[in-house]
Amino acid sequence: MQQAIFIILALLTLGAALMTVITRNLLRAALWLVATFFGIAAIFILLRAEFLAVAQILVYVGAISTLIIFAIMLSRGIMDPDQVRFNGQWGVVGGFAALLFVVLAVIVTRVPWPAAAGGAPVGDAPADAIARLGAAFVGPYAIPFEVASVLLVVAMIGAIIIARERE
Amino acid sequence: MRASDLIHLLPELILLGGAALVLLLDIVWLRRAEERRRQLLPYVALGVLLVAALGLIPGGGDNVSVATMLVFDPFALFFKVFALLAVALIVLLATPYMQTRTPFSGEFYALLLATALAICLAVSASNLVMIYLSMEFLSITSYVLAGYFRQDRKSGEAALKYFLYGATASAVMLYGMSLLYGATGTTDLAGLVAGLSSGAAGQSAWLVTPAIILLLAGFGFKASLVPFHQWAPDTYEGAPTPVTAFLSTASKATGFAILMRVFLVGMGAASMASQWISLLVALSVVTMTLGNLTALRQTNIKRLLAYSSIAQAGYILIGVVAVVSDSTRIFTGINGVLIYLLAYLFTNVGAFAVVTAIEDATGKLEIKDYSGLVRRSPWLAGLLFIFLISLTGVPPTGGFLGKFFVFGAAVQTRMWVLLAIAAVNSVVAAFYYLNIVRYMFFVPAAEEGEPIRVGRPLQGALAITAVVTVLLGLIPGPVILWASESARSLLLALR
Repeated sequence: MQQAIFIILALLTLGAALMTVITRNLLRAALWLVATFFGIAAIFILLRAEFLAVAQILVYVGAISTLIIFAIMLSRGIMDPDQVRFNGQWGVVGGFAALLFVVLAVIVTRVPWPAAAGGAPVGDAPADAIARLGAAFVGPYAIPFEVASVLLVVAMIGAIIIARERE
Repeated sequence: MRASDLIHLLPELILLGGAALVLLLDIVWLRRAEERRRQLLPYVALGVLLVAALGLIPGGGDNVSVATMLVFDPFALFFKVFALLAVALIVLLATPYMQTRTPFSGEFYALLLATALAICLAVSASNLVMIYLSMEFLSITSYVLAGYFRQDRKSGEAALKYFLYGATASAVMLYGMSLLYGATGTTDLAGLVAGLSSGAAGQSAWLVTPAIILLLAGFGFKASLVPFHQWAPDTYEGAPTPVTAFLSTASKATGFAILMRVFLVGMGAASMASQWISLLVALSVVTMTLGNLTALRQTNIKRLLAYSSIAQAGYILIGVVAVVSDSTRIFTGINGVLIYLLAYLFTNVGAFAVVTAIEDATGKLEIKDYSGLVRRSPWLAGLLFIFLISLTGVPPTGGFLGKFFVFGAAVQTRMWVLLAIAAVNSVVAAFYYLNIVRYMFFVPAAEEGEPIRVGRPLQGALAITAVVTVLLGLIPGPVILWASESARSLLLALR
């Protein structure tokens, strides 16, 4: 049952991701991207990471896609439907992508993943999952958590520098 | 995390506070002040770096793990001193340069301090999460620095190319990290080696080589190794010259530091070491050959130094592949890498200081503009000569010392083919380095120019880099000792 749901979700997510890349209209690409984000959120739920799923919807579906759509609508001349979709390197890139697929297929089937060895998890996620996540952020992950906030401040300063008025 | 851990984080905290201080000073106190007072900002930044260096002392000699994500060992200490020195030199380079080019210089120094913070975190990270985060921190700050001149199209191009390559490289690296986490269930480097080499996960041999390649995309991007180098020439050419000097020294050294720590600590078991060593040998060969052959054709000095910097990364890699676990030897490979990086820091920042001085005075960056420099500015010509022979690797300079230790390690491990290729490459490199010398000393200038005036901060940078470049060649003892001590903590992990 879980397997069947996963396959459906994976196909939906992959299909939306594929449409994001191959559609000619940039705005449609952005909307397909939103669908991809939703698919990933659903997979998070299937993996019983509800908090991640909610965060995924709030941050990616809510904020980031809105930002992308705003950026598309505010930029002139990037919605040109006549843009070429292939350049001279598509053959080489396709070859490498196929090679990568084979390599990944080998890795996925041959490596004894510890998570797979334990069998599929059953039952509900522990009720205090979010509390434990929070404790991890102020426990072992305190330094990365703080560094991430410094990184965001620096990125914001950088964005202001790049977007400032011409002097 | 305990309160006593904070003493080890002192330099990072000082740098964080210092960056905020510089930013606030610029906004609150100096915004409406007259120009003279605003020129104090770079000196505030230098002061912060000095205090941060003093902050290294209390926790200095320890070898401990802090807050589960960072380790404080002599290896990390070496690169922290390295980063503070490098950023201080870059501040000196940038002082006159930024002043004439943009009215917004406060953020520039704040961002430079942030890069020093990022490097300090990156070189002591012992966990893949922390490594990824600190590398991304360094990258994002560097993108902004590369594109700092908003109305200069080349600067924008530099930042955009750097950003697109960097985003892709770090995504690929993150994918490699996720595979490692999936196979071992841990992101800790020490746990990684245990998980990968334990019997239960014996079949993870299928995973190690692909994971190494994926990780190398991220590390190679920072260290500008072929084939992850394509951003380097355009970014080096378009970025503000002090930023170029930063990218080619401090940022590159960070890439090497992380590469060494991840491969030696996280994949130090013999079966895995043979895999990354053979991959890195191949990278080293193509990196130095392609870098040197392309450098031969360059006419722009910044592009030439960019390709030369790619080629130098190839030589440095020889030290990594020639690593031996016996830390009592004179050549351990890793100590060669540290010596090389330190010598390269002073030499290359010095070369870029001369380029900055000439660009400031004449606005020109072509090699043919350097003709007759000896008559126009004998000091600058003489200093650039010292830096160029150090880049070539001629004694008695730091560049020679670095090459001696890296090549010596390769002799010790009997990598004759690699050595032969490196030797041929060094000769090819001498050709284009000495070509600049030929222009400076023997080709008369098309028109007589005035002597080039060099501002005081830049004079300071030139003096420090030149003196250290020569001293490293004349009195190498202390540096060899320091580098060997610092390398030891990492070699212990290699089995």
